[in-house]
Amino acid sequence: MSEAAPRSPVPDALAFERPLLELEQKIKELRSLASGTHLELAEEITSLEDRLRRQTAEVYSQLSPWERVNVARHAERPLTSDYVQMMLDDFVELHGDRVFGDDRAILTGLATMGSQRFLLVGHRKGKTVKDRLACNFGCAHPEGYRKALQKMRLAEKLKLPIVTFINTPGAYPGIGAEERGQAAAIARNIMEMFEIKVPIVCIVIGEGGSGGALGIGVGDRIGVLENAYYSVISPEGCAAILWKNGDKAPEAAEALKLTGKDLLRLGLIDKVIDEPLGGAHRDARGTVDRVKAQIVEWLTELGQVPVEQLLEQRYVKFRGMGVPLGA
Amino acid sequence: MAWTRFGKKKDMPGGLWIKCESCGGMLFRKEFEQKHRVCGSCGYHFTLPGRERIALTADPGSFEEMFQPLMPVDRLGFNDKVPYDQKLKLTQEKTGETDALIAGTATIKGIPCMLAVMNFQFLGGSMGMVVGEKVARAAEHAAARKLPLILFACSGGARMHEGAVSLMQMAKTCGALALMHRAGGFSISVMTHPTTGGVTASFASVCDLLLAEPGALIGFAGPRVIATTIKKELPKGFQRSEFLLEKGQIDRIVQRAQMRDELARFLAYGTGRDPVAAFKPAPQATHEPIEVPPAPVEEKPKRGKKSKKE
Ligand SMILES: [Zn+2]
Repeated sequence: MSEAAPRSPVPDALAFERPLLELEQKIKELRSLASGTHLELAEEITSLEDRLRRQTAEVYSQLSPWERVNVARHAERPLTSDYVQMMLDDFVELHGDRVFGDDRAILTGLATMGSQRFLLVGHRKGKTVKDRLACNFGCAHPEGYRKALQKMRLAEKLKLPIVTFINTPGAYPGIGAEERGQAAAIARNIMEMFEIKVPIVCIVIGEGGSGGALGIGVGDRIGVLENAYYSVISPEGCAAILWKNGDKAPEAAEALKLTGKDLLRLGLIDKVIDEPLGGAHRDARGTVDRVKAQIVEWLTELGQVPVEQLLEQRYVKFRGMGVPLGA
Repeated sequence: MAWTRFGKKKDMPGGLWIKCESCGGMLFRKEFEQKHRVCGSCGYHFTLPGRERIALTADPGSFEEMFQPLMPVDRLGFNDKVPYDQKLKLTQEKTGETDALIAGTATIKGIPCMLAVMNFQFLGGSMGMVVGEKVARAAEHAAARKLPLILFACSGGARMHEGAVSLMQMAKTCGALALMHRAGGFSISVMTHPTTGGVTASFASVCDLLLAEPGALIGFAGPRVIATTIKKELPKGFQRSEFLLEKGQIDRIVQRAQMRDELARFLAYGTGRDPVAAFKPAPQATHEPIEVPPAPVEEKPKRGKKSKKE
């Protein structure tokens, strides 16, 4: 890892945002100028807005995988808590794994969204510094995975479908996590999610960090937001191991084929959910609405499928991922 | 999660003597191999190549390999320094294996079972599509034929070169084990040095019985990653078999020399046979006594080869 560079308002990994932010700023200034004076600026503003739209579309259609990873990590990207706030009509949080503790890095609760009721399970990253620390930046401990499983079993009993929001750099690597069986907790979740007799919809809303993501990621439909990623290892980790140089993360991100488009081509997900122009961080409302529509569509569809068939299809789905030659 | 560099230095040169990784003692190769790669002085269990594991575990001549034609494919076009498909070819030539897991049916002291053994020599025993597919098929076959399943894990984790495809093998294998559990099948996981990342976080941890060889490194995150994250030194013995036993994570630690007898005993419990008879050590073919010459002070690097420093 390189030494921290002098802080600039836009991190280097988001350098592609700079011209867009400058344009946005200019438009803002012109607008305030127009409202404060009697200058006729409408035409100029409209033309700048057009330019901004075109430029944003262009920049965002050409993002490299590494740039997308950094959009997925953007500080203003909507988090699980934003979806809860903007998407649901009712939400009751349920705490604790009944064994050890209540891991803040995973949120679980009963949710109502229009006519749909379901269990929501989502990684939680936190908004403020204090929140982020309490959530370990979205890195869950074994008790988080056990909490998720315990609540999923409750959902099964109540015949409520399950919606999971995946957004984690990875499961927490620490002494306590290992002592309490991080690997076994994730493994058990993955296995038992094949057995849960209600529909499961999984949406990768930001970072799909390896086993920590998959620990709440076995479902009947898997959606990945346009600028989210899902990977076996972080680009930095992969670069450190294979390139022996953490600075090669952009190369690793490219090689890992971790974007929604790649994952769809590899047959690992069902859909890439488009984000509003310029990424989810520019329009949380628009993003939440799109995700909401997708959840409604999938839950409605899956609600029609008999349970036995549902489980069979779930197995067949993952069973068919990565077919070797000669199979 | 992913395969790291465990064991790179453990490739043994053809010399008469081997230095123990744990106690540093000099081991006479012939004796060391007869002890199935266990250090005679400190008991350290070296990583055992897959074929040797099968020979040590299954009744002689009983192992019938299955799913052998399965070959890995470079779905990503992955290229770090050497393209993945080239790396595969080289490793296949070097090891004589198609990938990092060998599976088939066997008997252990007369009891039929399904045996799946990871081979660390193949890209650090990393799990990609072939390992995932073979574990899934082994579990499905075991469930269909009502055979108990024994899985020997030995892996640095998921194979990065297969990207998210390798990640999904965790789901594939766990799904197959779920199917086996539902069918009432009996499964035993034996974790050997090292078992980490996506293998520990999938099939190796969801079997009915979890066994481990002594001193094996078993965990989710690698110790180096943890140390870097928490910026602290790790406690002694952290993530070793004995640590896992103490923390309640595994059922038993089994010495390599007793593994076959213990497995037979468990298979007997699992299949309605007599565990006492199964556990009784079978009469061993007696080895010729090995005369161990005095150990050299330090293994001399071969001429023309650079000395390897730890
Ligand atoms: Zn030793």
